[in-house]
Amino acid sequence: MFSNILIYFVLIPLLMLAGLGISRNVKQIRAVAVVGSTALIALSVYLLVDYLGQRAAGNEAEMLYTGSWSWFTPLNINLSVGVDGISIAMLILSSFILFTGSFASWKIDQPKEFFLWLILLSTGVYGFFISIDIFTMFMFYEVALIPMYLLIGVWGSGKKNYSAMKLTLMLMGGSAFLMLGLIGIYYHSAPAGQPLTWNLLEIAHNNAISTGWQHFLFPMTFVGFGVLGAMFPFHTWSPDGHASAPTAVSMLHAGVLMKLGGYGCFRVSMYLMPEAANDLAWIFLILTGISVVYGAFSACVQTDLKYINAYSSVSHCGLVLFAILMINTTAMTGAIMQMLSHGLMTALFFALIGMIYGRTHTRDIHEMGGMMQILPYLSVCYVIAGFASLGLPGLSGFVAEMTIFVGSFEQGMIDYLGGAGSLRLVFTIIACCSIVITAVYILRVVGKLLLGPVHDDHHRQLTDATWWERLSTATLIICVAAIGCFPNFFEQLIRFTFNPEFFRALAANVPVLN
Amino acid sequence: MEKTMLCYLIPSLIMFCCGVYGFITRKNMIAILISLELMLNSVDINFVVFNRFLFPGSMEGMFFTLFAIAIAAAETALAIAIIINVFRSVKNVDVEEVSKMKF
Amino acid sequence: MESTMPVLILAIPLFTFLLLGLLGKFMQRGMAGVIGTSAMGITLVLSYITAFTYFFSGNPLFISAGGDRLQAVIFNTVWLQFTPDQIDAAGQIVKHGLAIKLGFLLDSISAMMLVVITTISFMVHLYSNGYMRDHHGVCEKGFQRFFAYLSLFSFSMLGLVVATNIFQMYIFWELVGASSYLLIGFYYTKPSAVSASKKAFIVTRFADLGFLIGILILSYYTGTFNFTELTSVPVEGLNDVYAVSAGTAEHIRSIFADSKAPLFMGASVMTWALVLIFMGGMGKSAMMPLHIWLPDAMEGPTPVSALIHAATMVVAGVYLVARLFPLFLMQTSALDIVTVVGAVTALYAAMVACAQIDIKRVLAFSTISQIAFMMVSLGVTRIAHTDALGHEVHEGLGYMASMFHLFTHAMFKALLFLGAGALIHAIGSNDYTAMHGLRKYMPVTHWTFLIGCLAIAGIIPFAGFFSKDEILTACFGHSTVWAIWMTLVAGLTAFYMFRLYFLIFWWKEHKVHGEHVPHDQPWTMTLPLIILAAISCVAGFVPFGNLVTWNGHPITGAGFFTNLDNLNWNVAVISLCVAIIGILVAMKMYRKENPLPEKMRSALPRLWDWCHHRFYWDELYMFITHKIIFDRVCKPIAWFDRHVIDGTMDSFATMTNRLSVAIKGLQSGRIQNYVWVYLLGALVLAVVTMLCVL
Repeated sequence: MFSNILIYFVLIPLLMLAGLGISRNVKQIRAVAVVGSTALIALSVYLLVDYLGQRAAGNEAEMLYTGSWSWFTPLNINLSVGVDGISIAMLILSSFILFTGSFASWKIDQPKEFFLWLILLSTGVYGFFISIDIFTMFMFYEVALIPMYLLIGVWGSGKKNYSAMKLTLMLMGGSAFLMLGLIGIYYHSAPAGQPLTWNLLEIAHNNAISTGWQHFLFPMTFVGFGVLGAMFPFHTWSPDGHASAPTAVSMLHAGVLMKLGGYGCFRVSMYLMPEAANDLAWIFLILTGISVVYGAFSACVQTDLKYINAYSSVSHCGLVLFAILMINTTAMTGAIMQMLSHGLMTALFFALIGMIYGRTHTRDIHEMGGMMQILPYLSVCYVIAGFASLGLPGLSGFVAEMTIFVGSFEQGMIDYLGGAGSLRLVFTIIACCSIVITAVYILRVVGKLLLGPVHDDHHRQLTDATWWERLSTATLIICVAAIGCFPNFFEQLIRFTFNPEFFRALAANVPVLN
Repeated sequence: MEKTMLCYLIPSLIMFCCGVYGFITRKNMIAILISLELMLNSVDINFVVFNRFLFPGSMEGMFFTLFAIAIAAAETALAIAIIINVFRSVKNVDVEEVSKMKF
Repeated sequence: MESTMPVLILAIPLFTFLLLGLLGKFMQRGMAGVIGTSAMGITLVLSYITAFTYFFSGNPLFISAGGDRLQAVIFNTVWLQFTPDQIDAAGQIVKHGLAIKLGFLLDSISAMMLVVITTISFMVHLYSNGYMRDHHGVCEKGFQRFFAYLSLFSFSMLGLVVATNIFQMYIFWELVGASSYLLIGFYYTKPSAVSASKKAFIVTRFADLGFLIGILILSYYTGTFNFTELTSVPVEGLNDVYAVSAGTAEHIRSIFADSKAPLFMGASVMTWALVLIFMGGMGKSAMMPLHIWLPDAMEGPTPVSALIHAATMVVAGVYLVARLFPLFLMQTSALDIVTVVGAVTALYAAMVACAQIDIKRVLAFSTISQIAFMMVSLGVTRIAHTDALGHEVHEGLGYMASMFHLFTHAMFKALLFLGAGALIHAIGSNDYTAMHGLRKYMPVTHWTFLIGCLAIAGIIPFAGFFSKDEILTACFGHSTVWAIWMTLVAGLTAFYMFRLYFLIFWWKEHKVHGEHVPHDQPWTMTLPLIILAAISCVAGFVPFGNLVTWNGHPITGAGFFTNLDNLNWNVAVISLCVAIIGILVAMKMYRKENPLPEKMRSALPRLWDWCHHRFYWDELYMFITHKIIFDRVCKPIAWFDRHVIDGTMDSFATMTNRLSVAIKGLQSGRIQNYVWVYLLGALVLAVVTMLCVL
């Protein structure tokens, strides 16, 4: 069991929990957090290198590093692990955000308890990304959700009880759908007479879920994961939740946890039930297409920085699900890129907002102004994050969005010319409009918050970023710029992991030009 | 006067009804406890009577009654102990008033 | 050709940007200026060598045996692969997948643009060393940042013009937009600068939306982003060398025409694609109705206006159309739209320029008008034919004229802006009413400004004359209506430029306030003026017809006087007369203080008001964006979200909560109540049982 590298993604957080348990002062706690998260970065980078090496050596298995350990034999529940390029991208994302998040909560109250819950949360996240058994996947999913309640409820600000409760209840509501869907999948996971299984790959190969059942189970799982992916109309936990959450939790939540939704939609709903995905895509295309512009329009009038960002996340995550539903390799690659990109830049945003809030004690853009003169470092970072968000070339947002648009447009045209209706095309063009609206709200914030004259003279005494804040933001900016400048590396990493059989199944359903 | 079952059962029924009435109406915990005891004793009488008249050959009813009396004694002791403790802490034995632990 | 030099042309400004941006605050302010300027100087030299090599070396990579200029792809690397290449069983690439590449395409227009951009950029760098200081020579705050942004802009603009594919162009298109945003908002403490920068970015972003969709359509049908595949054919025997060919464009058109849906809403899909792409160009080149950002962009420092908002970035739209010109030529309805948009904008901007007070705004509108000239010139270009007057029209004359005007305009407009900057720096105001009669105080500025005005008015032998004359000739070759229209605009141009000139330098004696006497600026500022003035004097003689044509085929000789020899004197005389009339009217009205302008104004109050308020376009946009989009779309959506969607979600919770409260009473915790219920229940059950039994 311990010879499998993936297990360490769960073991290291567990060791960190143990380390936190015995640490006595804040220095030791920080040390545990920093050492642990650095180890996780190192581990994920090593995994990436090794993975690429194996692929280069001609290993064409769908998932590498697979392993399976029996957990509950009567129901055939196993702890099965395995990764492909997409999971690796997500693991790297999680590691970086955990690392920067630890630095962003350098001065948190009750650090021991805070980090305990935070690390428990990330255990769930890592477990989710390495699992290929849908039961353990679901279990880790729940492990990631529950600590959120306490993290927001105890360390949050504003209407924290309300927000924590709302967030937890809505996500649990999603989980209820999800559990129903997953159990349904289990009971149709194998042809009659063969043992049932929870294993993703086996279910996909068995391909035993009848189309009728797919039509029932696909919406269940898609909505279940979609709630966490902030799909309209189940996104309302996101503004309140993010607004109340402490900095690191916002970062981890928007940066990683929301990706669980997109990843789950892709991995479970689309992967296991492609026929239903193709048949029912129109419903969710409309919903996610609405998310994209709706979130952007809503963000235009918000005055609380975190609300602006939460709505912008609704818009950007909507684009992820939107692209996944295009059932087009390019668009799906773009969706995963967008998950990476959004994770990094939104974490950067929330880190910066937390740092600004920690100084000014307000998040209302009307009560601040001219921060560029007072906090030049943080302001410059904010501008860079804003540029990434509105899709400036050279930063990550651009490549992700363009990949999505090119792929979606291609699929839209294929549909349109193939007589399959113009829904995809129309919604692609609507989604393209978001690049303008995004520019509006980003520049509005930049103009009001950072530029212009200083609004409040008390703010003049504020001090610029400390070293740990600089480290945290600089790391994220470097990641954002790395994706933006060298996108092909990530694009290829993601693209070549698409299971060919899966796309053969998809292609059978999607009308193809010529 | 012939000693029939009814001669025993009617007082037992009266006792039971008194117990029920007391249990429902009294607010004092001690009184409620006494009512409870009344009900219990009436049931004990029934046990004995039924055993004596219907199954004279066996002794189960008698045994059961003895058990019930013993357990009732223990239970009463426990209840009294609780009531005394409640009285010590809230200076009251009125069931309406002692509602701090309700929700 | 070696690819070292092209790489350096792009890499040096980028490196300078990173250097100044990251380490700028650790260096002395003046040092940043020196670094920035000298880096730009090196880029200038490299670009000149590159352009010279391209035009004059006779290298077979650049010029065919028949004397046609070719397109050479110096390097081209995959940056982002969208769809994988299709590979057959033998491992050969059957069809290239869609990919964004970053590369360097050297052809006549990109070589020409390299020269324009680096020249103006270097002049502006040099000039900024003087301009961005106060009167005691102390550098302004943010000096390093300024030079960093300038480098970023130069990098982006160079990347744009050498783009090998339309997506690379889009990438750098966005980057120039961002650097323009940063530079307009350079004085970020000024709210007006902040809102101007925001406006510029959002308006051009909106236009870019059209550009993006146009790219998507074009690339879907053609399966490529590459310019060389869209407009040219490979030259046999040479790798990565192409010749522009109408045949390729014809092929592209047939792809569209043969597709399953060749028409969309009555127009050909290819026209839609080209018009949408042109929309991007309209945004960047400030064509009506997307022009509103450019006048506001004058909030930026004046050197920035000279570089970005007069000479280089704003002609990107023209450049874009020129780049895809063979495609436009195949779809003349798209070209007609270019013509109409250009012509309307030209007249509009010229009229508005006559009624502005701020000298930079006059120049801004004049820029819009001149760019519209270039657009019209492209729009009227057709394959060779004989015009209404019986003259042979050269093939692609308008295209050549447009590029020529782009070149000369960049020089003299940069000159005018830098001159205006010198005036503003000396006076401390943008308003001409604070200037008047400055000719004696600032002779260098005066003379160079005059040369600029003569050039833009189109007086022989200054640069503008030749290029404008070619444009008018092209217009006459296409349609007499547009030709007369544009000639009138040319007359207006002469009028408003000389109105500006006389109001600044003549009108009345300058009132000197206190001890501060306006004077010429330090050499860093005057030298660029003199150089640009010299270029404006001679640029008209550059044999563009030989160097820059749409298909690389020279239409004139290469001699110094070739432009004079090839003048169409009918047109030249008309345009000269119109220009001189314009100048004379301006002189009559504004040379000495007199009541004539006031009289004119009160005679046509409505017209003056509309022109002065730019035909209320800004108000219209304000209305649309604030009253409609913000108040009628965004706010209701936000309200809907909070109250309807979130309200529904909350109401689930509230309903559950209410229900629990409602049934909470049952669980009273009073055992006596329970007993009552129990007794009653037992009674009811007993009665029911008895009833049943009986």
